[in-house]
Parts: sequence; C-alpha cells; structure tokens
Amino acid sequence: MPGRLEPEPIGRRDFLGLAGWWSAGIAIVGSLLGMARLPKPRVLDEVSARFRLGAPSDFPPGTDTEIAGRNVRIVSNQEGIRAMSLICTHLGCIVGREADGGFSCPCHGSKFDPEGEPTAGPAPRALTWLAVSQSADGTLIVDKDTEVSAEEVYHV
Amino acid sequence: MESGLNRLWTNVKALPRNVRDSVMRHGAPTSDRARSQAVFGNFFLHIHSVRVHPRSLKLTTTWALGVSLVSQFVILTVTGVLLMVYYNPSVELAYDSIKDFQYVVPTGRFIRNIHRWIAHMMVATMILHMARVFYTASYKAPREFNWVLGMFLFVLGLAFSFTGYLLPWDQLAFWAITIGANIAASPNELAAALDLPKAFYIGDIQKEILLGAGSVGQGALTRFYLLHVMVLPIIFVAGLAVHIWRIRKDGGLAHPGGNRTAAGKGVGTSDARPLTPAEQPKKTYGLMAVVAGTSPHTGKDLDETVSAWPSLLRAELAVFMATMLIAVALGLIADAPLREIANPMVPENPAKAPWYFLGLQEMVSYSAFVGGILIPAVVVIGLGLIPYLDREPEPSGVWFSGPRGRRIMGWTVVFATITAVLSVAIPVKFGWLRNWYPDISQLVIIVFNPGSLLTAAYALWSLVVIMRTRSTRLGAIALFTCFLVGFLILTYVGTYLRGPNWDFYWSQADWPVH
Ligand code: HEM
Ligand code: FES
Repeated sequence: MPGRLEPEPIGRRDFLGLAGWWSAGIAIVGSLLGMARLPKPRVLDEVSARFRLGAPSDFPPGTDTEIAGRNVRIVSNQEGIRAMSLICTHLGCIVGREADGGFSCPCHGSKFDPEGEPTAGPAPRALTWLAVSQSADGTLIVDKDTEVSAEEVYHV
Repeated sequence: MESGLNRLWTNVKALPRNVRDSVMRHGAPTSDRARSQAVFGNFFLHIHSVRVHPRSLKLTTTWALGVSLVSQFVILTVTGVLLMVYYNPSVELAYDSIKDFQYVVPTGRFIRNIHRWIAHMMVATMILHMARVFYTASYKAPREFNWVLGMFLFVLGLAFSFTGYLLPWDQLAFWAITIGANIAASPNELAAALDLPKAFYIGDIQKEILLGAGSVGQGALTRFYLLHVMVLPIIFVAGLAVHIWRIRKDGGLAHPGGNRTAAGKGVGTSDARPLTPAEQPKKTYGLMAVVAGTSPHTGKDLDETVSAWPSLLRAELAVFMATMLIAVALGLIADAPLREIANPMVPENPAKAPWYFLGLQEMVSYSAFVGGILIPAVVVIGLGLIPYLDREPEPSGVWFSGPRGRRIMGWTVVFATITAVLSVAIPVKFGWLRNWYPDISQLVIIVFNPGSLLTAAYALWSLVVIMRTRSTRLGAIALFTCFLVGFLILTYVGTYLRGPNWDFYWSQADWPVH
C-alpha cells in the first residue's frame, strides 16, 4: 500500500523463529564473553615490588653497586642516592655491565650508556630509574613499580 | 523352553561373527567393491576418497610430506602422553621431572628425545609441505580454503612448540618465554612512541592473559601446560580433520587435467561437462552415487583410478613406518638439550630462541613491535590471501608452473638473497639510525628498520613482477620465494652468525671468552 509507513507484517512463525535464533545467538555470544573474562587475572600475585636496601651508610658517596638478586643498581654521590633498573626496556632480559661503564643486553644487542640512555639496538627507552625512599628506622627502600626521572636524587 | 535354549545356543555360536558384522557392515574386503565399501563405510577410513588417481600416489607429487606430518603428529601425541606420566607442571618440580626422564625413568630419555626432535622436524616439514603445495599451484580453486586451513595449522604448530618450550623450566625455556611474553606486550612500544594515554596499552593486557601474572612464573607454566597438552591438541585435531576431509571434497589431490566442477564436488573427471546418460556410472557404490551429482571417481575415468584400499593405505603405512624409523634413529643418536634450571636473574648470553624463531629474533632485534608482531602478522595474512589474490586458472599440480615460473623464481632467489644479506650487513657494518642520529625519534626507528624495509622490498618486488609479467601467479611465486629465502637467510644468520650480546661473529670460535 503506497504511502504507508508501517512495516510489512511479519508472520507469527517467522517472528518466533527469528526470536529463537537471536536469543540463542545472544546467549552463546554472551557466555563466550563471560568466559573470556576468566583468564585475565584480577590481582597479579607477585612478590612486593618494594624491597629494603639496607642502611644509607652501606652506600657511601662515589659507589656504584649492583644488588644481587634484585636486578637493580645503586648509584651514590655527594647529592644522594639513585636506583636504576637493570631490566632491558626492549624485551625484559637483564643487561650486563660493560668495561666502559655502560650496559649491554645479551638478547638483541641493545646498548646503554652509564646513565641508561640507549645508544644502539632496539631498546625503545632508557633504562628506568626507580623511586628510593627511607623507612621509619632509616633503612633505604626501592620501589620497582615507581619510575622517576634520571635527575631525581634521594637526599639521605 | 527347549527351543528358547536352542536359539540361545545358536546365538552364542554365532556370537563372534555377529559382533564382527555389527561393527563392520561390509563383507571381507576381497573384491574391489567390498574394499571401496570398507573405505566408505568406516568412520576413520572414509576421510579418504574411495578411489585415487595413481598420480596422487607418486612420490614426486607430494614428497609424502603431508602424510609424514600426520605421522609426526601421532608420534608427538603418543610420546607426549608418555611424558605426561611423570612430568609435573610446577616451578619447583618441572625441571627435576625432566631430569628424571634423563636419568631415572626407563626409556625416558629416548621418549623425550623423540618428542623433542620430532617437534623440530614437524616445523621443518610444515614449511616444506607448504612449499610443495605452493609451487605446484595446488592452492587454486576449489582448494583456496584448504590453503587457509593449512596456514592455521602452521600457526598452531608453532604455538605447540612455543608452549612446549617452557615446560622443561630451564634457562632456555625461561628466557625464550620472557621474551615472547614481552613481544605480546610490545604494542605498548608504539603507544608510548605516539604518546597515547595508558588506556591504549593493550600490550599489558595481552601479556597478563598469556602469563597470568606480570612476569614468567607458576601462572605462566600452568597456562602454557594447559595450552600445550589440552587446548592446542583439541583445536589442532579438529583443524587437521577438516584439512584432510577437504582434500576428498575438493576432488583429491590437484593434478593436471583433474578439474573443477560446480562447488568442486565429485571432481575427478577431466572436464566439467555433465555426464551423458551413456556415460553415467553403470556401477555405483551404494550411497556414493547419492553424495555428489556425479559420483566421486566412479565416473567415466574409473579406469584411470585405483582403489584407495590397498594402494593408498599401503603408501600411507610406508610413510608412517619411514617416519617412525627417523624418529627412532634421532632418539637414539642425539639427546634433547636441557640447560641449567631457570634463573630469573641471569639470562643466557646469547639467549637464543629455537632455530625456527631465530629469523624472527633477527627482526625483533630491530624493533619489538614491528619485528615480533607486525611483520609476522603481515606475512601470515599475506600468505593466507595468496589463493584469493591469484585466481588465474591454470593446471594445478605442475611444478613451478613451467619454465616461465622457474625463471621468475631464479631471479627472485637472486633478488631476495641480495636484499636479505644487505639488510643484515648494513646494520652490522655501518650501524643504524640511532648510531647516526642519536636523538632520532623512536617512532622513526620503529617504522624504518632493516626488517620493515626488507619486507617492503619483497612486497614491491612481487608487485613489479605482476606488472611486468601481467600474471598474478608469477607474482605469487615471487612473493612466496622471497618469504622462503628471507626466512632461510635470517634463520642462518641468527643461528650461526650471532654471538654474545647478539653481536655479529663469523664463527663461534671468535666469541669472546668470559
Ligand atoms: C598433542 C599431544 C602432545 C602432548 C600430550 C605433548 C606433551 C608434552 C609434554 C608433557 C612435554 C613436557 C616434557 C618435556 O619437556 O620433555 C612436552 C614438551 C614439548 N613439546 Fe609436546 N606434546 C604434544 C604435542 C606437541 C607438538 C605437536 C609439538 C610441536 C610441533 C610439541 C612440541 C614440544 C616441545 C618443543 C617440547 C619441549 C620438549 C623438551 O624440552 O624436551 N608437542 N610436550
Ligand atoms: S631484551 Fe634487551 S635487547 Fe632485547
């Protein structure tokens, strides 16, 4: 009928059939989405990223120490203390110290200068500097989750 | 009463025969007809067609690569199940349980060797099988989808190896998976270079789903074990079943003259013309006449074909036995490697992935995102699309599509070799953008690196070939040959010419001693 805006009527059986297909489809997709949520962990169970370094006197100015088992390097000078992560910013291998004071990565050949700036290879960023703080009893604490700028020095 | 007992007795006497008949619906396979029925009526055998072209059975048609792959998968499944008897997927015990296979479990070392070596062999065979299908143009209609399925199985096969690699929990395992997981996180590199907000760091989500944690630990081992022994095998078997079943539905193996009919069904006659009544099959093999319009292989060229039983089954058994022989020989000759137990503090130097990923490791050593995600995705999708982009009708089953194809292939090998060698030699000799312009933006390095330039050169070369020859098939030959040559050369470089810190060395003897 020309001029009428009403849609074509749909047969009862067709309607029920379509409704059936759509509800089955939505139910299946919905449950798939629900299941897809499961593998993504809500909390990451991991050892705390904060660890106790020791007394400030263990790191007198002018020292440059690598902390065994933590993949962290502690640089101390007159101004204070800084902590640098030794985890390569490319794909997570552990960088090693070179004779010139810089670092190089065994996995894909990234090279860094002593300040952690990349000089060659695929690493997209400088090695990260980590936040240093002090607990109530004076022990130094490094937080591997908190990144700071290379200029930030912790004054003891 | 009595007659009841009699009947029971008769049934008891007939028991063996009746049980047999209830399982198998056909008589003893003594006649051609009975053998065909056996293949057609058997759940496992009916994945074959009933009759095959003798050409399909010739070694030079397939080099037996596909059936060998199935055999290797069977061997991997059996040895894998045996390994599961003692393997313990926990970070405390995994390494020790592999050690037990080496020194305590009876035949343990032998079984583990076979599992490891056949896993390597399977990757190599997949590549060879893909090359044979490609160079004989066997991906053309109606077989496009089976090529796509094959690519899917190829990716699954690599996933098998990747997940299996973590299970021994040794140094090799730990660092290979650490790198792999960080590659999954590497879209972050792009997000960071573009200064996008944190919400765009999808890499973190991918990595967490893969590892179940922020770094490789028990969560990762549990997930990889689950994938390796459960999820991947189920998906793989389903994909494999369709892959093989499609061969029959697509009209058997591609051969010149064996051509397409509507929907590729019932292929086997030499032309697509419907059969005249006089040509209609006189003999039909039960249901087979109903399945396809022209019944499969029972048409007029019946005389050209041979029965799948025994010809095909015999060939398959021969390939399986040969594969077994290789497996046993490898298992006896060489021991599967096992490094020191995983140490999250000290990576191996150099830390190398398994050989088939070393080409990728080369690429990743330019940019994690481009080399580890973008280029592999482009390659897999590009190869998968070949049958849809090259639709030139041409006789399938001819190696290299004749002399023109061979010539294009020769030139492509030359071009692809030179460019691949240059892509390695230039950065080794002269460094790359960051050495020249220390302050260059990371985005430029991500986009313009030896790996992405090499990929672009290959794509460009194929386009040039298409333009010059006006043939998409020749363009496809150029593209696929580039892929093979690039893969081989980068794999060679990664395997033999890279030493500590991924530096370039002509031989391992030149490596610095620490
Ligand atoms: C489908 C059945 C399979 C099962 C049940 C299975 C099971 C296992 C188990 C329990 C391990 C740990 C033992 C060990 O590391 O030696 C393992 C390792 C491994 N699997 Fe599998 N696997 C199967 C298929 C495959 C396939 C198809 C591939 C490759 C294409 C593969 C590649 C590997 C690799 C590379 C390892 C490490 C081997 C080693 O370190 O010795 N597996 N598999
Ligand atoms: S992880 Fe350091 S260069 Fe790749």
